[in-house]
Amino acid sequence: MHGRPRKATKQEDPAAAAAKSARLRELQSQLLHFHHNRIYTKEAVSVSSKLLEINPEIYTGWNYRKLAFQHNLKEVSDTDTDTDTETIKSAIEDELRMVEVALRRNPKSYGAWYHRKWILGQKLVPANFDHEFRLLDMLLKADARNFHGWNYRRFIARLKDVSEEEELKYTMDMINTNFSNYSAWHNRSMLLSKLLRKKAKGFHEEESILSDEFELVRQALFTDPSDQSGWFYHLWLLDQTSTPHKPHLVSSWPSDKLNIEISAQFKEKCERFPIIFCFNQQVDGVNLATVTINSKLVSSEHITWKPLSANNSRKSKIWVGFLENFNKYCDNSEGLSVEISVHCCESIVHLKFVMKLSHMDHQGENGDGFEELFLWDCPKSQEINPYLVSYDPWRLRVESVEEDTKWHLDTLSAEIALFKEMSECDEDSKFVKLTLARLLGAHNSIKSGGSAYFEEILKLYDDLIKLDAPHYRYYRDERSLVLLDQMTSSKDSLVEYCSRCENSSFSCINPQLCINFSGLNLTRIGFVERLLWVQILDLSHNNLTSILGLEALQLLVCLNLSHNQIMSFTALEPIKSLQSLKVLDLSFNEIGSHPVDTTRYLCSSPLSHTCNVTETMEELARENIKIGDFWEAILLFESLQLAQLDMQGNPVTNERFRVLVGKVIPCLKWLDGKPVR
Amino acid sequence: MHHRPSVKQPQPCDQGSKEQIIGTENRNRDSDVNSQNLFLPPFRSVSFHFSAFSKKKIPFQWERGFNRQKSPLLSPPVLLAAMAEIPTSDYPTIDPTSFDLIVSGTGLSASLLAAAASVAGKSVLHLDSNPFYGSHFSSLPLPSFLSYISSPSSPPNLYSDVEASSQSLPEPSRSFLVDLVGPRLLYCSDETVDLLLRSGASHHVEFKSVDSSLVYWDGKLCSVPDSRQAIFKDKSLGLTEKSQMMKFFKLVQSHISLTRSGTTTESGEEGGVMIPEEDLEMPFVEFLKKQRLPPKIRALVLYAIAMADYEQDNGDSCKMVVSTREGIETISLYTSSIGRFVNAVGAFIYPMYGHGELPQAFCRCAAVKGALYVLRMPVIDILTDKESNKYIGVRLASGQEIFSSKLVLDPSYQIPASLSPRETVVSSNLSSYVAKGVCITDRSLEPNSANILLVFPPKSLHRSSRQ
Repeated sequence: MHGRPRKATKQEDPAAAAAKSARLRELQSQLLHFHHNRIYTKEAVSVSSKLLEINPEIYTGWNYRKLAFQHNLKEVSDTDTDTDTETIKSAIEDELRMVEVALRRNPKSYGAWYHRKWILGQKLVPANFDHEFRLLDMLLKADARNFHGWNYRRFIARLKDVSEEEELKYTMDMINTNFSNYSAWHNRSMLLSKLLRKKAKGFHEEESILSDEFELVRQALFTDPSDQSGWFYHLWLLDQTSTPHKPHLVSSWPSDKLNIEISAQFKEKCERFPIIFCFNQQVDGVNLATVTINSKLVSSEHITWKPLSANNSRKSKIWVGFLENFNKYCDNSEGLSVEISVHCCESIVHLKFVMKLSHMDHQGENGDGFEELFLWDCPKSQEINPYLVSYDPWRLRVESVEEDTKWHLDTLSAEIALFKEMSECDEDSKFVKLTLARLLGAHNSIKSGGSAYFEEILKLYDDLIKLDAPHYRYYRDERSLVLLDQMTSSKDSLVEYCSRCENSSFSCINPQLCINFSGLNLTRIGFVERLLWVQILDLSHNNLTSILGLEALQLLVCLNLSHNQIMSFTALEPIKSLQSLKVLDLSFNEIGSHPVDTTRYLCSSPLSHTCNVTETMEELARENIKIGDFWEAILLFESLQLAQLDMQGNPVTNERFRVLVGKVIPCLKWLDGKPVR
Repeated sequence: MHHRPSVKQPQPCDQGSKEQIIGTENRNRDSDVNSQNLFLPPFRSVSFHFSAFSKKKIPFQWERGFNRQKSPLLSPPVLLAAMAEIPTSDYPTIDPTSFDLIVSGTGLSASLLAAAASVAGKSVLHLDSNPFYGSHFSSLPLPSFLSYISSPSSPPNLYSDVEASSQSLPEPSRSFLVDLVGPRLLYCSDETVDLLLRSGASHHVEFKSVDSSLVYWDGKLCSVPDSRQAIFKDKSLGLTEKSQMMKFFKLVQSHISLTRSGTTTESGEEGGVMIPEEDLEMPFVEFLKKQRLPPKIRALVLYAIAMADYEQDNGDSCKMVVSTREGIETISLYTSSIGRFVNAVGAFIYPMYGHGELPQAFCRCAAVKGALYVLRMPVIDILTDKESNKYIGVRLASGQEIFSSKLVLDPSYQIPASLSPRETVVSSNLSSYVAKGVCITDRSLEPNSANILLVFPPKSLHRSSRQ
C-alpha cells in the first residue's frame, strides 16, 4: 500500500463515464429531494445506499442516513414496544452493512468510518465485538498503516473495555510484522503513556519500561535508518526522557535574593513594577491562592496575574503581575523587601528580593530623557562588570528541580554514544544527525552547567542545512535556539554579548546595559526565561521572521529589530504586551512586502479585537487614510507608548504611513531619526 | 494414511496469483497439525539435521536442487548391486522384449531421462536392482537406511567407514525417513520447481515449507535474518550488524531491480545503485569483506542464503569460488523465492517425505506415459552384436534378454572394455569423500517450527578445538 508509485487511473470509456456521472447526478438529486422533504421511507433510504455505494464521500448521504435512522427508530418505539430490540438490531445491522460496503470501495472514507462510530457509539444494543475485530483484522491486513482503522480500533477497544495491556501486545505484533508502521508505533506511545500514568500492574517502573522501549526502537532504527516511523517513536521516547513531567518554575523576575536599585527617574515615571514567572510548560491557575506575597507594605491582593500567550488561552508558560504604586514604598533606607511563595504542583518556591532607591543619580535633569535620539551604535567590546548582569538562571533551577536525573542522563549518554557510532558508518543520514542533535540538546537541558555540547550541536545543524535543503528553515530555527542557549547558558558567556549604552539617559534599572545579539543569523527567539531582566535588546541583522517569545521581556525599553525579515505587523504581536517599550527600531524589514498579511490567519482574528472609534480614527479619515489598509499597524501602535520609532526601509513606509504613525502614537518624539513635530 | 490434499496443477497463471504446489493449504494448517499427531507420518515434529565434516580436505558438499551451473544432482548414478539373491524363477517376465530405451537405476537423473523419453513418445523400460525407487537418491526408513549403508553388498567405494551410534533407535523407528544423500532443499523459485510444475511431476510429490534456517556459529545456533523484518526481530545480531546487513541487502536489492529493469548505467536514474562491473567479477567473499560485513554475517550470506558448497574463505586453495555475480544471482533467487507460494514461509521447500520423492515423481510421470517399471531387477550383462560389436540389449538377472536401441546405465556398472564408449565417464568424483552425519534430536531445535534447516559453515565445528 505504501512506498509504491501511484498508477494512473485507467482511462474509462467516455460513454461509460458519462453514464456513471449521469446516474450519480440523478441519485444525488433524489437524495437531496428526500433529505429536504424529510422522507425516510425504505425506498428513499435505499437511494442513499445506492449513492454511497458508488461514492462514499458524500457526507450529505451519511447525514441523511443518520436522520433516517433516528426517525425510523422513534417511530418504532412510539408504536410497538414488543419487537423493539429486534427491529433496532436489524436497523443497526443495515447501517453497519452499508458502511462495510462503502469501506470496501474506499477504506479511508472519513464519512463511512464516522457513521459506524456514530451507530455503535449510541450503544442501543450490545455490539458484536467479534465481528468488529474481525473486520479490523481484515482491514489492517490489507493496509496495516490505515490510520482510520487504528482510530477505529481504539474506539472499539474503549467501547469493549479491552485492557491497554492487550492492545499494547497487539501493537507489538503489528510492529513485528512490519515495523514500518507509524500508526502502530503511535498507538504504542498512547497506550504506554496511559499505562504509565495509571501505574498499572507491571508499569510501575517507568524508567525500566522506557529503557526497554529504547531497546526496541533501536532495533528498527539500526535495521533501516531510512524508515521514518521508528524515528518518530524515538522522538517520543526522547521527550519522555528529557521533559520533566511536573511543571515547575524555571525563572522569575526579580530573581531570588536580588537587590534592585531603582533610579529616581524610574521611580517617578513608572508606577507599576512587573513580576514575571517562567514555567517549563504551560500552566494555569497562577492567582492569589497560589502566589502569596509577604511584605510589610504590599500584599497579594495588590496583584492580578495574567498569562502571556499569543492565543488568548488561559494557560501559559509565562505569567506576569504588577506591583501597583510600588514607588510609594521604597523611599526608606532599607528599601522595599518582598517575599514571594509560588505553589506549583505540590512544590513551593520561595523568592525574596529588595528594591531600593539608587543614590547614584545620573543625568536625570532632562525629565523623561527622550529629548535625545537613542542610537544603537554602542561598542560591543567594552568591558562589562559581570555583577551588572542581574542574572543567575541556575539558582532557581537547582532549588526547584529535585528530580533524580541520573537515569535520564545515563540513558541519553548511551543513546548519544550509539548514534555517534551510527553516524560514523552512515555519514549522510539526516535522521541520525537530527536525532543526535536532539539528544545532545536534551542532555544539555538536563545537565546544568558543566561541559555542554553546544559546538557539536551547532555543527550538526550546519551539516543538516546543507544535507537536507528542503527543511533548512526548521534546522535554522533549531540552530538559533541552540545558539541562544549557548549565549545565555552562563553569566560569563552572556557578558560577551553585553555592552553599555552611553548615548542616552532614561529610566533603566540596569544602567544602560545592552544585550547585543545582532548579526547571528537568528531566525527564532528562545530562552527568554534567562533574559527577563533585559531592558535594551539588539536583535538587528538577523533573519528573524517572528519574534514569538519576546512578550516575556516585560522590562524592555529599547528593542532593535532592524535588518530582519519581519513581513507584517501581525508578526509583531508579541510587542503589544511590552508596556515599558519606548524605543523600537523596525527599519529595513519586509513589512508590507506582501499585500496580504498571511500571518494574521495564524493569530487571533482581527475581528475579535475591540477598538473604539476614537478621535484618532476620525482624524485619519479626514487625512484620507483608509483605516482598513493599516488595521494591524493601528492596533499595534495604539497599544504602545513609543517615544522613538524607526520604520524606514520597509515597503509599507511612505509619507501617508508616517502621518498615520504620528496620529496613532501621540507621544512619539522621533520617527525615522527625525523629530516629530 | 496421512492426510494428503491433492496437488493442484498450476494454471498458466495470470500475474500475481500465487502458484501452489505445496499440498497443505493454509486453511488446512490446523487440522494438519492434528493429523500429524494422530497418524505419525514419517516426518513428525522431530527434525532431521544433517551435518557433515570435511575429510581429506574435501569440504562438505551442500547438495541442492539441480542448478544449471553446477548440477550436483546430476552426478552419475551408481548401480547398486541387488540387495539379496532372488531365485530366477521369482523374476517376472517382461513383455515386450524390445524397447526404444532401457534405463537401469532410478536415480534422479535416470528418472528424469526416463520421463523425458516417455513424454517424447519413446517406449521405455526402467529397471532398478533395489526394491525401492531412487537408487542412492532415495529416502529410507531408519532401519532400512542403516542396513542399506552398512550392507556388504553396497558398493564399497560409495559408503565407507559407516559408523552407527550405539544408542538405540528412536521409536517408532520406521517413522523416520533419512535421505541417502544430503537433504535437498529447493528454492521456491528454482528452475527445478518450474520443471516439476511443467512436467506434471508436481502431481506426484508434496512439499513442505522450511520454517526457518539456523546457522551454527561460535557454539551457538543463530537464525538467518533474511528480510528487513527478520533483521529487526533478530535478537542475536548486534545493532551495527543489523545496519550493515540491511545496507548490504539494500545494495543487492537495488542492483537486482536495476538489472531487471534493464538499466545498464552504473548509477540508475531512480537513485538506485548498481554494483560496479569489476566488483561483480571478484570472489563473493571478497565483495562481502569490501562491504565491511563481519565474519558472522559473511557466513550467513555465503552458506545459508547463497548456499555456497565449498569453503569460500581460504583464498586460492578454495574450490568452486562463488563470484559476486553468482552470489548476487543466488540472493536474487532467494528473495524471489520468498512468497512465491502462499503457504511456504521462507525461501525453501522440501519434499514432504524426504527428497526420495523427487525421482519417484518423475518415474510416475514416465509410467503415466507408458514406461514399464521393474524393480529388483539387476542388469547382469550387456549384449552386443557379434559382428559389429555394437550394443543391442541387456541380459537381466532373470535371464531374460531385452533389446533396445539405447541404454542408460548407472556409471558404476562395470562395462566390459570392448564395449566402452569413446567418451568414458569421468569418475574422478569417486576419489573424493564427503563425510556425512545423521543426527536425530528428540525435539525440534526451535519451538513451534517443525522443519528447520541447520547450516554448519565450513570449519565451524573445528573452531572450538583449534583454540
